Amino acid sequence: MTAPKTLYDKIWEAHVAHKSEDGTCLLYIDRHLVHEVTSPQAFEGLRMAGRKVRAPEKTIAVPDHNVPTTLDRAKGIDNEESRIQVEALDKNAKDFGVHYYPVSDVRQGIVHIVGPEQGWTLPGMTVVCGDSHTATHGAFGSLAHGIGTSEVEHVLATQTLIQKKSKNMKVEITGKLRPGVTAKDITLCVIGETGTAGGTGYVIEYCGEAIRDLSMEGRMTVCNMAIEGGARAGLIAPDETTYQYCNGRAHAPKGAKWDTAVAYWKTLFTDEGANFDKVVTIKGEDIAPVVTWGTSPEDVLPITAAVPSPNDFDGGKVDAVKRSLEYMGLQTGTQLSDIMIDTVFIGSCTNGRIEDLRAAAAILKGKKIKDGMRAMVVPGSGLVRAQAEEEGLADIFKEAGFEWRLAGCSMCLAMNPDQLAPGERCAATSNRNFEGRQGRGGRTHLMSPGMAAAAAITGKLTDVRELM
Amino acid sequence: MDKFTELSGIAAPMPLINIDTDMIIPKVFLKTIKRSGLGVNLFDEMRYDNDGNEIPDFVLNKPQYRNSEIIVAGDNFGCGSSREHAPWAIKDFGIRCVISTSFADIFFNNCFKNGILPIVLPKEQVDLLMQDAEKGSNARIQIDLAIQTVTSSDGVVMKFEVDNFKKHCLLNGLDDISLSLEKSDSIETYETKVADIHPWV
Ligand code: SF4
Repeated sequence: MTAPKTLYDKIWEAHVAHKSEDGTCLLYIDRHLVHEVTSPQAFEGLRMAGRKVRAPEKTIAVPDHNVPTTLDRAKGIDNEESRIQVEALDKNAKDFGVHYYPVSDVRQGIVHIVGPEQGWTLPGMTVVCGDSHTATHGAFGSLAHGIGTSEVEHVLATQTLIQKKSKNMKVEITGKLRPGVTAKDITLCVIGETGTAGGTGYVIEYCGEAIRDLSMEGRMTVCNMAIEGGARAGLIAPDETTYQYCNGRAHAPKGAKWDTAVAYWKTLFTDEGANFDKVVTIKGEDIAPVVTWGTSPEDVLPITAAVPSPNDFDGGKVDAVKRSLEYMGLQTGTQLSDIMIDTVFIGSCTNGRIEDLRAAAAILKGKKIKDGMRAMVVPGSGLVRAQAEEEGLADIFKEAGFEWRLAGCSMCLAMNPDQLAPGERCAATSNRNFEGRQGRGGRTHLMSPGMAAAAAITGKLTDVRELM
Repeated sequence: MDKFTELSGIAAPMPLINIDTDMIIPKVFLKTIKRSGLGVNLFDEMRYDNDGNEIPDFVLNKPQYRNSEIIVAGDNFGCGSSREHAPWAIKDFGIRCVISTSFADIFFNNCFKNGILPIVLPKEQVDLLMQDAEKGSNARIQIDLAIQTVTSSDGVVMKFEVDNFKKHCLLNGLDDISLSLEKSDSIETYETKVADIHPWV
């Protein structure tokens, strides 16, 4: 009998194309996603060496980071450097013959939303992208992680990646979640528990009843932020929820191929008794709606708490907390729910899917945002946007006073015109609250879409349960 | 790729923990389609004020650290985005080695692809090197990749671990794409097998 294996062990073993004596492997890559920021130097490298893309049919490109999300974007991109970067991707996609969703395509959107939506991401696959939030695709039970530009070039040229196996970590969320608590709260709470380096060297498998109960959208939110916990990847074993989501998508298998695929996917689970090098268990009922107060995603507290003191921490964290409270303009002891905000951003690859928009709209329905509040909803893809319009969510947002944007990364990172000015404070559904992430001097509080919608109404960080 | 064999240089102390890639190179500088020229914007938001003037207190602006070739950093250096612009900026500035107790995974890999050596040492040793780095330009830290040692300015020798394959590539300045392409036969065999058993991939 073979030793019991984890889900990660199984996917890993199924993709080793070559193994050297020292254990270094060439891991075969099934799907390579590409966006405009981290790929130009890689394509240039190929050109200079006279190399081709080995598997253009497994390579999918879409511009997202630099793309304007205002309604007039057909006019083109004002910022010259941004425009050049997007044009470089247009050209590279054409020259090298990879699948491409240009800005003008209704299917365009954030790469991590487009991949699953189009059925490119499927269980058991290896998925990489020159982007740390590639972890998102782990929600399908695929091994998915971010790579650097040199590695992008390596994958383009060889369809493999030089890898050593990571260790196995299990994060189990037991029982049920309480009302008002979402996948975003789970993933933030896990990072609060393990710290931003807690997953370094590991691939995390999320499991437990609360994870099983999540929709695919929710699972993607959880896996998306595995990287914020330092893990190489996060994954969730596929089940009926996964198959249902995949079935019928443009690039998912059909007919007999579908049946053989599902038969294989059903073997993708962690065997009884398999070894995990690290285990974290959290009770679902202990998770509250949370927000971040600092400049690291590990700076997480329930909305009912107060801003901590640097003295509550040890070691290097004491200075880091001092620095972050100063940057965030916060005083120890202030109730989190007393912190005033001026901007709300709903979107990103963490929370830009249809379910996220539904959750936010449910809070906003029939309400208005606070006077003077700048609030925007940026759907994760053109198709999410179209669906939200069909379901009437767009009207709810617009009537509440939100801007209803086109798809892209937008204010998740300050690479396009959507930015915070110094000192502005934003309730954001994205994934990073680093200094300057949403614009130099801008202050970010991370939270779930429902919490962000609640904050838009009251003008301060708010416990969503009070508005439910 | 540039080789890395030995280095004897000034080390800049950056004890802050969780220095992320947004701090190393803010996203406004990711719009380039080249790898070079990012050194002037390394640590941009910590290094310059809103008007673009140097902030004198920032370590790399201090006269004794302007020619640093090493950074000694707090825990979890390089966390955040996968941008290889971070090691490109570090290299372009002239830094060839970063020493910390821990690094974020993607940043760590990216360093090796760009001729930068990231060294992981236990906390006590990083603390000792941090004190050494505080001495400024009088203290030179020495690194020898072949025998895997860091030597402080006082002659304390510390061994470090490094993956054999990565070490080999760095010592010889090897391009790993060519090395992998030599294994094309294995890749092709793998592709044929999978096309047969998992035709949907
Ligand atoms: S939405 Fe944000 S985190 Fe996601 S890919 Fe875009 S910039 Fe990166």
